[in-house]
Amino acid sequence: MEKLFMTGNEAIAEAAVRAGCRYYFGYPITPQNEIPEYMVKRLPEVGGVFLQAESEIASIFMVYGAAGSGARVMTSSASPGISLKQEGISYIAAAELPCVIVNMMRGGPGLGGIQPSQSDYFQATKGGGHGDYHLFVLAPATVQEAADLCLEAFDIADRYRNPVMILGDGVLGQMMEPVSFQDRRPAADLPEKTWALTGTKGRAANVVKTLNLDPSVLEKHNLKLQEKYKRMAKEEVRVECYQVDDAEIVIAAYGTVARIAKTAIQALREKGIKAGLVRPITLYPFPYKTFADIAPKVRKILTVEMSLGQMVEDVRLAVGDKTEVCFFGRCGGIVPGYEEIVVEVEKLTAKVAR
Amino acid sequence: MNTEAQEMERIFERPRALRSATTHYCPGCGHGITHRLVAEVIDELGIRETIVGVAPVGCSVLMYNYFDIDMFEASHGRAPAIATGFKRARPDLPVFTYQGDGDLAAIGIAETIHAAARGEKFTTIFINNATYGMTGGQMAPTTLVGQKTATSPTGRNCETAGYPIKVCEMLATLDAPSYIARVSVSSAKHVLKAKQAISKAFQLQLKGFPYTFVEVLSPCPTDWHMTPQEAVEWLEENMFPQYPLGEVKAPKEGV
Ligand SMILES: Cc1ncc(C[n+]2csc(CCOP(=O)(O)OP(=O)(O)O)c2C)c(N)n1
Ligand code: SF4
Repeated sequence: MEKLFMTGNEAIAEAAVRAGCRYYFGYPITPQNEIPEYMVKRLPEVGGVFLQAESEIASIFMVYGAAGSGARVMTSSASPGISLKQEGISYIAAAELPCVIVNMMRGGPGLGGIQPSQSDYFQATKGGGHGDYHLFVLAPATVQEAADLCLEAFDIADRYRNPVMILGDGVLGQMMEPVSFQDRRPAADLPEKTWALTGTKGRAANVVKTLNLDPSVLEKHNLKLQEKYKRMAKEEVRVECYQVDDAEIVIAAYGTVARIAKTAIQALREKGIKAGLVRPITLYPFPYKTFADIAPKVRKILTVEMSLGQMVEDVRLAVGDKTEVCFFGRCGGIVPGYEEIVVEVEKLTAKVAR
Repeated sequence: MNTEAQEMERIFERPRALRSATTHYCPGCGHGITHRLVAEVIDELGIRETIVGVAPVGCSVLMYNYFDIDMFEASHGRAPAIATGFKRARPDLPVFTYQGDGDLAAIGIAETIHAAARGEKFTTIFINNATYGMTGGQMAPTTLVGQKTATSPTGRNCETAGYPIKVCEMLATLDAPSYIARVSVSSAKHVLKAKQAISKAFQLQLKGFPYTFVEVLSPCPTDWHMTPQEAVEWLEENMFPQYPLGEVKAPKEGV
């Protein structure tokens, strides 16, 4: 297969086009500008449309409009812009419109900084906008995986009629790596989009809406959404377990941090410390079972994040009192070095030995 | 049985684009009249089976229960962005947004101006009733100076609340829009003119003209605390001077 040398941002954009995405709406923000800048050239080649909107609010509602036509559509942004999109994300989740949203996280809160971060985990996985809804959240760790997951993201969105978020960070977005694209067509068994707005010719009128003034109808709609989330949890959890079979200490990390953790694990094993890694690839649905299963077999779990402790809450939820869950995080745009992780693990093993 | 009624020619009926439904609009409200005008135009242009509408958040949020066409329900103010996304994906279908003055001129003014500036090829029907109808008659960007509302109980004070926005005139400063007109549904004469403007806007869109916009001065007797008759009189007396009727911008060649 042909290998291309690309940034994570470009790989995501190319993968989206290959997945059949023909519409892109966005607003410039670092560190994801390579996505719109790629799309503006690439989409016209395949008869698609690129549009720079006046704001993230407008761009997410342009996504709502294009998705309502049944088309494959994407938007991308970074943390402050994703905050602005939350209104539209809640409406898209409520109206059950499939689409893909990319967040290349940077340090927050507020305007924060432009360096990489993982501090939007809560926003991505627990809600962000109002109401009982969830995004499907994918967390790639390499440029190749970003391309592969983006190709799949559009199928997942169509299958569940749910917005899918690709949650990366500035490192993944800006880093260049070789990447090859699977020749992939939309899955054959995706549901037909009978709900799409196409003009009412030959059928009863369709309405894409989110208002349900009758509480019993609204409760029913919410229960239907929850059924969908349960189905995702049953069918779609993805997780990588790396050297966990004999591990005494397991690191829990996703995305960029998981890559750094792998280097740390190598260094630790050279020092005779048996460390492993559990890397959630789907952050929602979260691999609770994987953590619950390994917990009794390990002495400690160290969650490492580029935040001050967000995913760690899900790890603790999964593990309960089966083992101790510790945390190490850097934030504000600081990427932890593998040596720092080694030191943290050594501190924990020293306590274990005592 | 051959009754007289069956032999009579039908000269007035519900437009096909409207459903047989009882609306929730108050007596004397301009929304119902404007709905009918839009529906008649849809019928006359033969676009009921192709058109896609975008309902706002406001008193007309449930308009998809009254129109028998494909529709979106927007969030408050975002109808122009939704219409943009849809029309870019389906440039072959006619598209319109229907929005109140809070929706269009307050929370959604950015989406409105930019859709107009880009010359998006959809039509906007803008209901200016100088108040927030749905939430109980608060001050809108179009509320007149001195007009009493729930949030300007002693009358809109321009020192603290500024001046009403003349949306047509503001949009007319942009190069892209092809048609901008202000009409009223306060009397039979004005209703007929309103329909002409709405029809022209849709016809221009069908011919591929960019952004078409019709502002409809519309009574809200309930939140103005008036009878329907008082409301239309108040509208003509107070809103006409502030919001002059007519075409503010139209293509030279016309329809
Ligand atoms: C984000 C958001 N803010 C506020 C509201 C509450 N709200 C609903 S309708 C409305 C105003 C509607 O007024 P207008 O657009 O003038 O339409 P009308 O009801 O007069 O037809 C407001 C403020 C909302 N639904 N969403
Ligand atoms: S409150 Fe005003 S705008 Fe709303 S339905 Fe009643 S009269 Fe019409």
